[in-house]
Amino acid sequence: MSDGALQGVRLLEYGQLVSAPYCAKLLADLGAEVIKIEEPPAGDPARRRGPFPDDIPHPEKSGLFLYVNTNKLGVTLDPSTPTGRLMFQRLAQQADVLVEDRPPGEMERLGLDYATLSDLNPGLIVTSITPFGQTGPYKDYKCYHLNLYHASGHSSFFYVAPKKDKEPPIVGGGWVGEYDAGLMAAVATVAALLARLATGEGQHIDISKFETMVTLERVAVSGYANNPDPPQLPGMVAGLLPSQDGHVVIVPAQNHQWDALVQLMGNPPWAQEERCRNEVSRALNRDDIQPLLEEWASQQYKEDLYVRGQELSVPIGPVRNAGEVMQWPQARHRGFFAEIDHPVAGRLEYPTAAYGLSETPWRARRAAPVLGEHNEEIYCHRLGLAPGDLVRLAGAGVI
Amino acid sequence: MSRLPLAGVRIVDFTWAWAGPQATLLLGMLGAEIIKIESRARLDHTRLRSLMAGPTLASPDHSVIFADLNVNKLSLTLNLTHAEAVEIIKRLVKVSDVVAENMRPGVLQRLGLGYEALRAVKPDIIMLSSSAVGSTGPERTYVGYAPNFAALGGIAHITGPAEGPPTPLSGAIDLRVGTTSAFAILAALYHRARTGRGQYIDLSSTEAISAMIGDTFVEHAMNGHSPGRAGNRDRTMAPHNCYPCAEDDRWVTIAVATDDEWRALCAVIADPRLEDERFSDGYGRWLNQDELDQIISEWTASRSPQEVTETLQAAGVAAMPAHDGRSLVRDPQLRERGLMEWVEHPLSGRRLMAGPPWRFSRTPASIRQPAPLLGQHNHYVLHELLGMPEEEIQRLVDEGVVD
Repeated sequence: MSDGALQGVRLLEYGQLVSAPYCAKLLADLGAEVIKIEEPPAGDPARRRGPFPDDIPHPEKSGLFLYVNTNKLGVTLDPSTPTGRLMFQRLAQQADVLVEDRPPGEMERLGLDYATLSDLNPGLIVTSITPFGQTGPYKDYKCYHLNLYHASGHSSFFYVAPKKDKEPPIVGGGWVGEYDAGLMAAVATVAALLARLATGEGQHIDISKFETMVTLERVAVSGYANNPDPPQLPGMVAGLLPSQDGHVVIVPAQNHQWDALVQLMGNPPWAQEERCRNEVSRALNRDDIQPLLEEWASQQYKEDLYVRGQELSVPIGPVRNAGEVMQWPQARHRGFFAEIDHPVAGRLEYPTAAYGLSETPWRARRAAPVLGEHNEEIYCHRLGLAPGDLVRLAGAGVI
Repeated sequence: MSRLPLAGVRIVDFTWAWAGPQATLLLGMLGAEIIKIESRARLDHTRLRSLMAGPTLASPDHSVIFADLNVNKLSLTLNLTHAEAVEIIKRLVKVSDVVAENMRPGVLQRLGLGYEALRAVKPDIIMLSSSAVGSTGPERTYVGYAPNFAALGGIAHITGPAEGPPTPLSGAIDLRVGTTSAFAILAALYHRARTGRGQYIDLSSTEAISAMIGDTFVEHAMNGHSPGRAGNRDRTMAPHNCYPCAEDDRWVTIAVATDDEWRALCAVIADPRLEDERFSDGYGRWLNQDELDQIISEWTASRSPQEVTETLQAAGVAAMPAHDGRSLVRDPQLRERGLMEWVEHPLSGRRLMAGPPWRFSRTPASIRQPAPLLGQHNHYVLHELLGMPEEEIQRLVDEGVVD
């Protein structure tokens, strides 16, 4: 079997919940060796977050933890103990990358900040992921996904239909903003690895989740930065439409796509009228045209409309829930979902990766680690401790 | 300044719209040389129109959307329906490292510029094809835009009010796809640096979105249950919502995870109703959150989002304004860290735009030049890179190959 694209990269993760673990997972899934450090006794809070099989909490069965920690080795370590700090430093000496998500200043208090670690290992890349970055007036602010998502403006930007007045903005589903930060941090981390190939030098990368999200709306944000009162556009016709069995989303962005949609609708007379002539006239008459589209769509079935619409090159997609996505023949054909066997949670299907890499395909080498699963392998075989030391370290609360 | 991470990497860029250009935008900020291929007959349509049904532009060089998504890139105009243009692309690929495209699957192959053809001229080329649902599989020819990816990928279904319709997110969806592409290309560059081998990357935009709600699929795999919409509420945390503020249509978010945070919130709001026994632990707060939200809303309703944020954060409670574009660009954190940069464009003038999303201590990513005018770098690419004599370039222009 081929090596992963990032084979040979050694990464240390000291992260919780989603952003930092997802960053490390993206590299682990492509072959990097990731050692995930969790604090004893309970480990990563994602273990307590769920979802759980049959909704029964179990630290080894959290769906969130299992997904964002595939392909990693796991150790327990309390870096706030003197011995724990030294062991952390020794692990960092053997690593190419450290990904961490402690609040600004905490790594320094632990003696594990970039300055200290880069003295021990000048080639080390440290990727620090925090809500607002290492500097600025908000650097010490608390921020959960709800706060992050809304603060970055994402819940206020609408492209296909305007937001209704007086209704509260709504957070993006799941943990999407946290995944955003993890993905953007992974981009920076691999870039730094490439820079290091040329120079041998490591560096410190400061990732602000807030800024990664703001830049994902760069067009809208720069619009407001240059004109605080931009004209309120009426929005495109179509967009979200109700169907008999849910919703579909249709985006007739170009004229030929509108023509194809009209054909899909069976060429109704109203669509031949002047107000439907082009994108601008349709947008200006959105209030009149939209109900006609809704009435038509509400008599259709979403999957049937998807196939018939796509045959005419209409940009259309049914709104699907998780189960419907998992049954989608296209995703199944591409192998987007794969079974991974976990010693406690058992065999489950997981999403793999959106990118098929022809030479270095995504590969499940191992499921997420059980808490402390690789303590012996890492501490005895890498750091040279005796098996008896593990008992003493556990007794002292270090591991 | 140190060498940028992608200094010396050249990318032939066929991408258009939003998702593809975001990938090469990020790689350009990291130092790659991006040569964007267009023609007058096949413009990146963001040069002329917006998804939001704004005005259609007459000139291809005044679009602010294009300007935002294409800084640091060079523009070469070639009409690919000419066989000679295809040959020029192959010469360019020979001196390049990466090819990126997001045309409908099959289009580049038909032009003679598929991966196999390009690998024949440059064996270690890395090529990324980004499409709606992937360039393999029974639906590979299907088309879509960001709101379609959001629908197909599963995120639209889980975003929205509990009792309301789903939300087809848009702009950021495309940029998430582009960011995923950038990651895949960087990983392939690392692999090539180590092994000398290139590869082909087939990216599904829909799958890129699904990956960012991956835990919902594991939940379905576990329980046969598909998560639905819950507005701003959380499965365990309460209070956890958007609360109305004094000004019209302004909101603030407050989220409480621990008993310490709860006690801090109570001390700030100082409403005796919050002392109710039913709110004394997290489970009780979750069960009674409707009532809790009502009490908190009464307190926020006479305050600004900024005031609520500063007061609660000082007490150790997670609160932030729910920004709209207008308030976001005035945000103190954004300003203090200088995320927005002035970029001078020769025709549109000075504009503020978002700089790189990361801070590197040694190899700072940057905006080094504005988005290109159409065909601005024809001479650089054809003459300086490919060594074509001036008269030959003129002939190609006369014959419409360079267009």
